[in-house]
Order: sequence, then C-alpha cells, then structure tokens
Amino acid sequence: MKIMNMVNAINDALDIKLAEDKSVIVYGEDVGVEGGVFRVTEGLQKKHGVERVFDSPLAESGIVGTAIGMAVAGLRPVVEMQFCGFIYPAFNQIISHATRMRNRSRGKLETPIVIRMPYGGGINALEHHSESMEAIWGHIPGLKVVAPSTPHDAKGMLISAIESNDTILFMEPKRIYRAIKQEVAEGKYTIPLGKANLVTQGKDVTVVAYGAMVREVQKAIVMAKEAGISVELIDLRSIYPIDKETIVKSVKKTGRLITVTEGPRTYGVGSEISQIALEEAFLHLEAPPARVAGFDVIVPLPKGEHHFMQDPYKIFYEIERTVKY
Amino acid sequence: MFKEYNPLQESMFQVIDNHGKVINDKWMPKIEDKQLLKFYKDMLFARTADLQIVSYQRQGRIFTYPPNYGQEAIAAAAGVHIRENDWLVPAFREMGTMLAKGVTLKELFLYFMGYEDGSAFTKAKNTLPISVPIASQLLHAAGLGYAIKYSKKDEVVYGFVGDGGTSEGDFHEALNFAGVWSVPVIFIIQNNQYGISTPTHMQTASSSLAVKAVAYGVKGIKVDGNDFFAMYKAIEESVKVCRDGKGPVLIEAVTYRKGAHTTSDDPTKYRTKEEEEMWEERDPMKRMKAYLISKKLWSDKEEEKIIPQYKEEVDRQFIEAENYGPYPKEDVFKYLYADTPDDLKDQEHEYDRFLQWKNSKLK
Repeated sequence: MKIMNMVNAINDALDIKLAEDKSVIVYGEDVGVEGGVFRVTEGLQKKHGVERVFDSPLAESGIVGTAIGMAVAGLRPVVEMQFCGFIYPAFNQIISHATRMRNRSRGKLETPIVIRMPYGGGINALEHHSESMEAIWGHIPGLKVVAPSTPHDAKGMLISAIESNDTILFMEPKRIYRAIKQEVAEGKYTIPLGKANLVTQGKDVTVVAYGAMVREVQKAIVMAKEAGISVELIDLRSIYPIDKETIVKSVKKTGRLITVTEGPRTYGVGSEISQIALEEAFLHLEAPPARVAGFDVIVPLPKGEHHFMQDPYKIFYEIERTVKY
Repeated sequence: MFKEYNPLQESMFQVIDNHGKVINDKWMPKIEDKQLLKFYKDMLFARTADLQIVSYQRQGRIFTYPPNYGQEAIAAAAGVHIRENDWLVPAFREMGTMLAKGVTLKELFLYFMGYEDGSAFTKAKNTLPISVPIASQLLHAAGLGYAIKYSKKDEVVYGFVGDGGTSEGDFHEALNFAGVWSVPVIFIIQNNQYGISTPTHMQTASSSLAVKAVAYGVKGIKVDGNDFFAMYKAIEESVKVCRDGKGPVLIEAVTYRKGAHTTSDDPTKYRTKEEEEMWEERDPMKRMKAYLISKKLWSDKEEEKIIPQYKEEVDRQFIEAENYGPYPKEDVFKYLYADTPDDLKDQEHEYDRFLQWKNSKLK
C-alpha cells in the first residue's frame, strides 16, 4: 500500500499499463515534457520514451481523430483533453466515428480509446474550465462514460478502461485531484466499469452521486446524522453504463432518492437515475425523486461560482425535504 | 511589401536591430516624435500593469492570469492602428490593443478576479470578449469581415491567435473563409514560441507560420514581433490592403513569451536559461527604448520617474476592482437568454428559498 492522491493514482495506472502493454500510447497537449498541466502524466515520457508518451499539436479533434486511426490499427491510445471545455472540437470525432466504427463495420473494427479529461468546478478557474457536461456524453450511443471519486477507484477504473475494447470517456474530478489522499494498493488491480459502489449504508434515503460530489454528500451526511436522518450513499462511478441494480435495490430499501450532480439540471444524469427509480421501484417510493443539480446556466466565473456549486447545505436541504415529504 | 517579404522566401521583416538601430530605411515608418513617445509610454504602461498583475496573483489577490510580458510591441502596434469602429477579436494576450480600444484595466482585473462584468467593456466599441477555446474566435473575425463587406463599411477586423492556435482546425477554416470571401481581416499570430510547453516546431512542419497564408491564397508576412517599427509598418500596410478590398492578411509576429503561459505554469520545466537570455537581447521595450534614447527622445531617468506614476494608476484601478463587491445572484441567471424561460426563473426562485433556509440554519 502506498499513500496516493488521484493524480498519483492515475499516473500509476498509466505507468502500469505502459509497462505491461506495448500497444498503449499516451498523448495530448503538454502531456510529454511537462507531464500535463495537472502533472498527471509526469515522468511517463522519461520512463517509457517519446514514441509512447508525447506532446501533440494543439488540436483536440486531431488528437481524438488520430487516436481512432491508431486504435483501428491495433494500438490502445490513452489521450488527454486538457480541460473539459476544450473537448468540443473533438465532439465530431467522438460522436461520428469513435462510437460508430464497431457498429458501422459490423464488429470488424474496434476503437479501444480512453479519453481522459479533467472536469468540474470549484477551483476558481477561467471560463471553459469548470463544466460538468457528462449528460451530453452519457447520451451518445457507443460511448462509455466514467468518473471516479477516490484515488483507489481512479487507478482501478483507469486500468479497466485501458483494457476495455470500447471507447471510454474517463472524467477526472479535478477539484479533488489532490484533495483526497488514501492508501492505494501497489501493482495492478481493476475495478469493473459499470458497477456502482455502496459507500455508506443507511435506511431513510438513498443519495446517488459521483466524482467530486461524493465528498460533498459525505459532508451532508454528517449534518443529516445530527438531524437523525440515516443516508445511504451510492457512488455511481459509471455514468454509462449505469448500475441499475445497485440503485434500485437501495431505493427499494430506503423508499427515497436524491441525486447530486454538478451539471445543469435539465436532461441531466439525475433525471435518468430518477426515471430508473420510477420504472423499477415505483411502489416503494415514499417521496418524489429529487435532484440536487446545477442550474441551467453557464458556470459563473469564480466570484459567482458559489451560487452554482453544490454544497453540503444544498444537499442536506434536499435530504431534509425529501425525508419530511 | 507583401511581394518583397513573400513568406515563401523565408525572410523576416525587420526595421530596427536589437540595439534600436534602423536597419531598413526603406520601410521605416514615418511617425512624429511626440506620437512615437506616446506609443512607447503606452507600451510601458501595459508592461508595468502586466508585471503588477503577476505580483497581485502571487499575493493571492487575483486568479489565474496569462502574462503579456515580452510580447508588448505586437498588441501596441495593433493598438496604434485600430480605429474606434474597427473590430478587435482577441485571444487572451493582447492587453495593449484592448487598452487602446478603451477596455479599462479595471475591467481586465475584474475578469481575472472572476467577474463576467470584466467582459462588458462599457467604453470599448466593437471589441469581442477574451476567447479561451484556442483559435475558435478567428471564425468570428471572418464573419465580422463578411458583415463589414456586406454593409459596405470601411472597418477592419483584427483577429489574434497564438502559435499553438494554428494547429486547430478553426484557424484553417477561418483563413479559408476569409480568403474565399476576400474580407477585411488582419489575422495576427503571436508566435511566442510555445503553446504552453510545446515548442512551435512541434506544432507544425511548415517552415514558418506565415507561409500558411500561401496555401489559402491570402497575403502573408513574417514580422519581427519584438520590433515595434516593423509591426507598425506591417499592420499599416495590412490595413491598406484590407481597405482596398484585397484582404485578408496573415501576419506572423515572431516574439517570445518571457513570462509563464499563465500564472499556473512553470516554464523552467520546458525551456532553458540560455534560450531566455538569447531572447532577452531582443526584448521589444529595450529595443524601442534604445532607439528613443539614440534620438534623445527619452532617457532612463524619465523612465524611472514615470514608472511609479504608472504603478500608482494600476494600483488605483486594481483596488477599485477589488472593492467591486459580491457577485449578485441574479447575474447567474439573467444574461443567458433574451427571453428567460419560465423554468429557469423557477430555478432562481427555488434558489432564493434555499438561501432563506440556509440563512435560518446559520443563525
């Protein structure tokens, strides 16, 4: 075991896969010499060589588009989008090709690509650096979308993602890149994608969150406990595929559901989870499923960001309302 | 000029050398002494402000900031030529041009302190806000150019991008559109040698960035971007071309980012001291100052006297920005739509109820 933050854990996962599998290639803007703007890929170029870990020209569409070509030819590219707001030039390559190649070729061609991308707010960043638009990505047929909430999960999930034969958007909650440290197993282990994690057992209400929001919910749970409310916390881990079984089982137990997401509320991930509860656990529900979500607005610049971000109070407010319904 | 400095010939347009000596009489622009001094002082003000902002950032009084340090001649020369009704389409390292358009330092401070109000540009006409997604703004420049041509105006668009931006598809689409439409746009690439940590030779296999103009069938020129006089002249000629309906023009302004990419960046990771020292010789302010001193228009003494005054002015506007006050909740919601949907209004009301509840809890 080794104490790691999420940056260390992701670096470790990349290091392990680069060492183990010659088909793994890591590239993106500033990931080589500099080791990425968040230092996630630090040291990897030195260790694995410039042919396998390198800086690309500044072009997101170029990065994902070339990754498709590499993947079709048998490589396993792990590419980085520098910030969540810069991925959009690559949208076309993702929605038009990466997610379609297998289907289009009737299974002959594969695109085992991992697109790593820091996302989410709370770091006082400039415009386009704070969004949580996972609902857009979850909506694209052929794409898998995951977001770890701990260093341990980040490492195991990234190794699974690199080993997967599908295209995976690996969303990294940058707000907690260095905020959480924990013991992480050395060497290789995997965490299956598509499996949620039951973090805390409780009986009054189920709260589903992922990424940086898990920690916010944990803070709200402390407040709820003082108010005599027992919360069951599920870390979704995977936005698509979605672990219906874990959600439904929990909702059937508690009878109440709250989703906590950073992205805009309308057509969001919370809406999808609520619908699952309605379809599969309707008769068990004692209150309408509730959403703690971003407003349908552009993430404000730092001075206004606190209006937008989910905080433990917003979560507890919803917990109290739902339990008292 | 565009024939003489055809990008295919691989030459760089220069007017003064590193010591401020005129080496290209033919193209030395004619500028009155008084004017010239004003241009220098504007540049000095911008540099003073820029350095000051970095120190505010170090004090934790401002968030991430991308310094202009070392690139001031480019923005200053554009600032000299740009007219009130001309359009400025900035990237994010063009302080001199923004100030010339009438954007206030206070607004820039507000922006980098995290207020959208810093992009409202209440006094600057025809100026687009800072664009963070690299090169995306250049297509807006081409579109503005079309609108100008369509309405038979004589305005010119100044569109800025960095060297890294020339790798983005949008850069190429913008040049292509502007070329096909033959619109009055001056595209200025600030080639400061690095896109964050990535050197220009890793962005492109082309022999220069200016040469890209050739493929799009537009005029292009590679200019010493640390030579104020060369930049002045190149932009002056480009404006003529645009007003004659023969635009667009692509200018590669060769410069060096003396500072970091942003205050979050550490350039020692990817460049050497030797390289920095080499570029120090070519510093645009030093070169222009040497010229002015040789003409007895300026002195170190005068500079020493004026910098504290500039610092005071920068500080004054900074403190005004610092005291701007809390960010009103309404501002999160009210600028998204001309006609705000009811559901969004409901979200705001729900937020009001939450804030009431939270305040009662905190009491």
